[in-house]
Amino acid sequence: MFSGLDFAAASGEVLAVVGPNGSGKTSLLRLIAGLLVPGGGSIGLEGGEAELTLPEQSHYLGHRDALKPALSVAENLSFWRDFLGGATGDVKECLTAVGLGHATYLPAAFLSAGQRRRLSIARLLVVRRPVWLLDEPTSALDTAGQGLFVGVMREHLASGGIIVAATHTPLGIEASELRMGGGK
Amino acid sequence: MTLIDLANPSKFLALTARALPWLAGATAILLLVGCYQAVMAPDDYQQGATVKIMFIHVPNAWLSMFVWGVMSVAALGTLVWRHPLADVAAKAAAPIGAAFTFLALVTGSLWGRPMWGTYWEWDARLTSVLILFLMYLGLMALWRAVEDPSRAARAAAVLTLVGAINLPIIKFSVDWWNTLHQPSSVLRMGGPSLDKAFLIPLLVMAVGFSLLFMTLHLAAMRNEILRRRVRSLQMMQASQQAA
Amino acid sequence: MTPLAALIRRDIKIALRVGGGALIGVLFFLTVTVLMPFAIGPDLPLLARLGPAILWLGALLASLLTLDRLFTADHEDGSLDLIVMGRTPLELACAAKALAHWLAAGVPLIAATPVLGLLLNLDAAATSAVALTLLVGTPALTFTGMIGAALAVTLHRGGLLLAVLVLPLSIPVLIFGVAASQAAIAGPLSFGTPFSILCALSLVSFVVGPFAAAASLRHGLD
Repeated sequence: MFSGLDFAAASGEVLAVVGPNGSGKTSLLRLIAGLLVPGGGSIGLEGGEAELTLPEQSHYLGHRDALKPALSVAENLSFWRDFLGGATGDVKECLTAVGLGHATYLPAAFLSAGQRRRLSIARLLVVRRPVWLLDEPTSALDTAGQGLFVGVMREHLASGGIIVAATHTPLGIEASELRMGGGK
Repeated sequence: MTLIDLANPSKFLALTARALPWLAGATAILLLVGCYQAVMAPDDYQQGATVKIMFIHVPNAWLSMFVWGVMSVAALGTLVWRHPLADVAAKAAAPIGAAFTFLALVTGSLWGRPMWGTYWEWDARLTSVLILFLMYLGLMALWRAVEDPSRAARAAAVLTLVGAINLPIIKFSVDWWNTLHQPSSVLRMGGPSLDKAFLIPLLVMAVGFSLLFMTLHLAAMRNEILRRRVRSLQMMQASQQAA
Repeated sequence: MTPLAALIRRDIKIALRVGGGALIGVLFFLTVTVLMPFAIGPDLPLLARLGPAILWLGALLASLLTLDRLFTADHEDGSLDLIVMGRTPLELACAAKALAHWLAAGVPLIAATPVLGLLLNLDAAATSAVALTLLVGTPALTFTGMIGAALAVTLHRGGLLLAVLVLPLSIPVLIFGVAASQAAIAGPLSFGTPFSILCALSLVSFVVGPFAAAASLRHGLD
């Protein structure tokens, strides 16, 4: 799909992966997340927890929200907290932080697209992971949601996190760019 | 009281709240009287005391078909007249109908036990009731499978009407299948002529069970209306912006 | 709560909530069993002789047909990506999902067996023999069927393809399940021999199923 790609991001940095449709932004993120097998080359995290692989220390926020409509908002989030494990936070606090406190006990089926995205963002907060892999994170969010998300990202960077985001629209945060497509 | 008055769910709730205690009371009295009469009825010279299962079995069997009839009318109400309470009525009736059908099956099999020596015989009538039971369960599964009530209502209405047309065909086929394999029927349930000593308690029980159905149906419809209100309140709350 | 317990709890909750997903399997089992006498005829001694075979076939089809959503549902909403990335070994996560599926969809089948045994004129001993063999054999069906369910994710289709893939794999379970029930009812074999082989098949499937499914999922995601 692509070759000759060399990039790095340091602690507290954002790497914005930009490029036209079909240039392989999503594939790159899925490669880092360990969901695709690379044809060659290496991806690694320096200075993380030694026994864990890079995917195990990453959050992946894809196009799909990984929510079950039959479960309540709180049940969805607490499932991911229990399943992903590691250092975890409080479900209710995280829901309030993304503006879903009023919907805690409602079925996730009743949420709008933007609210579902907010619930996915709550997943990033409830479980601590140093690396965030974000694929078009703001596409379904309204202006207030985008503002909220910028705050969430800043907090993550301040605590030494790394963000790799594939995006068309500016993230609203200073980032180094990795331009894909065109000159392969 | 017309159908138009009942179209408003709030009016329906108010009206049924007043009617339900009376209906429940009448049901209780009729069923008690019917049971007493049934106990007092003489034993059958052939079947002995087992004949008394009839007083439970026959009303349940009759209701198992009657409820499908009620659902078919409600299905027409959904598809043709678009009556707002029709699908509520149809949905509320299905589990009750299934319960009556189940009771008809259980009592039928208990009744047959002394005659056949087994709890189950592929008797034409019982087999038809068993198929009816399966159709009730399928209908209930359909109601649960579709999230949005009004879409589920149309699908269930179509299935109910198809079932209403198909039931006589199924009944005919099962009878034919049964006589093909088993020329002489082992047991004739009920029988054409009934003594008055049996007929009166049977009628009382039949009316009592019909009233029981009405009571349960109205109560279930109330629950369904309230359940839908809870659902729309939840949707409203979900769409509310966080403060 | 441990990650695996959380996964099992979630899957059971979903199975019980959405459209009675787990109970539709039982309804299917019931319907298939009721259809048989219409083809065979209402001959009670004959039905009693065929009973264990009918029940086993019904349970086999019911447990496989409910399996095709085991991984595809998680794949479609993106949950599978996160499960693959998680710190829990994928093999264990697959085993947990299969266990949850068996608890929600397999156990009700076993619970329904006595009622269906009644319809097929099986006596108490025969019914309990069938129920016991199903209790031991259905996990094997779920854990081998899981491989097909994982392949269905890769191939982007389930349903009939899954059945075609998995049914041949379940033939040994069917053979020894029916053989053990027949042995308990009529002889001449002893019950122990086929039953032990059935147990062995289940145990083998516990090992092979999760590894094969996890391998298929790892290489099949896109």
